[in-house]
Amino acid sequence: MVDRQIQFEILRYNPDADSEPYWQSYTVPCDRDWVVLDAVNWIKDNVDESLSFRWSCHMAVCGSCGMMVNGEPTLSCKAFLRDYPDTIRVEALANFPIERDLVVVLDGFMEKLNSVKPYIIPKEERTVEDGTYTQTPLELKAFKQYSMCMNCMLCYAACPQMALDETFIGPAALALAHRYNLDSRDVGRSAREDVITEHDGVWSCSFVGACSQVCPKDVDPAGAIQQAKIASTIDYFKAHLMPWSTR
Amino acid sequence: MSRNPYVRPVSKTGWWINSRRYREYMAREVTCVFIGAYAVLLTWGLMRLSQGQEAWDTFAAGITSPVGVVFHLLCLGFAFYNTITWFEVTPKAMPLVYKGKRVPGEVIVGGHWAAWAGVTVVVLVVAGI
Repeated sequence: MVDRQIQFEILRYNPDADSEPYWQSYTVPCDRDWVVLDAVNWIKDNVDESLSFRWSCHMAVCGSCGMMVNGEPTLSCKAFLRDYPDTIRVEALANFPIERDLVVVLDGFMEKLNSVKPYIIPKEERTVEDGTYTQTPLELKAFKQYSMCMNCMLCYAACPQMALDETFIGPAALALAHRYNLDSRDVGRSAREDVITEHDGVWSCSFVGACSQVCPKDVDPAGAIQQAKIASTIDYFKAHLMPWSTR
Repeated sequence: MSRNPYVRPVSKTGWWINSRRYREYMAREVTCVFIGAYAVLLTWGLMRLSQGQEAWDTFAAGITSPVGVVFHLLCLGFAFYNTITWFEVTPKAMPLVYKGKRVPGEVIVGGHWAAWAGVTVVVLVVAGI
């Protein structure tokens, strides 16, 4: 049931034709239960099939449909229109180059993610016959929160440090590094340390905290980064004051 | 179809102006100027104290003048804002686990305020107030 007409202003960019992005307006008859993604899909189906954007699950699980909605990094499938005014501005996630319309370039993010070795580095390889790696519920609890990240990249769009320094490894990748460092099955902390403690790692973070505020999964990357800073500081003093100690 | 990504420009100096979240962050950061200034004032006071009664009396007259009082109130306000905002984020940096359960953030923040109150009382007692 059509509830109200909403004016959508969408930042368009066609790499083959445009030298820079421009705003285009659409009036959309919106159902009261719609989210921003529904309206964007309506535009594509009924007005302009060239409008490009990413989406998949429509239930805040896949992390594909992140967009700037009225300036705020948001999963467009979770942004209910009833919570918005009659004019809504939608643009591609901030702090990423625009590939086309609402689609951003992911290459840099994927490289950063890969650089922190986001996988379990076990003490010794086990075969299928050896059975699974065991873990107590308490050991799981130590990192579970940080494993809920779905790489939606809203935290990168919210982080002003990302805007000013594109080489910063960024919230999601650093939170994921922390997640594996906290995992009782993992011994890869020293292998990740170079990336985490170098200039573009945790020390580039000035603790604005915006990443945690926009995270749709309550991962709290800001918390993970501050904890990694403390761990890195303790390591530094241990290495200099107690060179005989081993972690 | 070709790849020709567009990078949106970001102002190196004005990036924080249009976001309430960023403005609050900048407000927290700017408190350090006043806290730094107060540290300089304290050091200056110590130096004047070491130079004898007359030097100290001049310094004391300065900090109790209207300008000195306004400066103190400004520093106190900024120090409070700095303390409140930093205490509020301590649970993120120091997540405590007790008997297998995460200690609630309010308890960690409350612990900081309790420690602050304790130190304040000690300072007031030592100062003979």
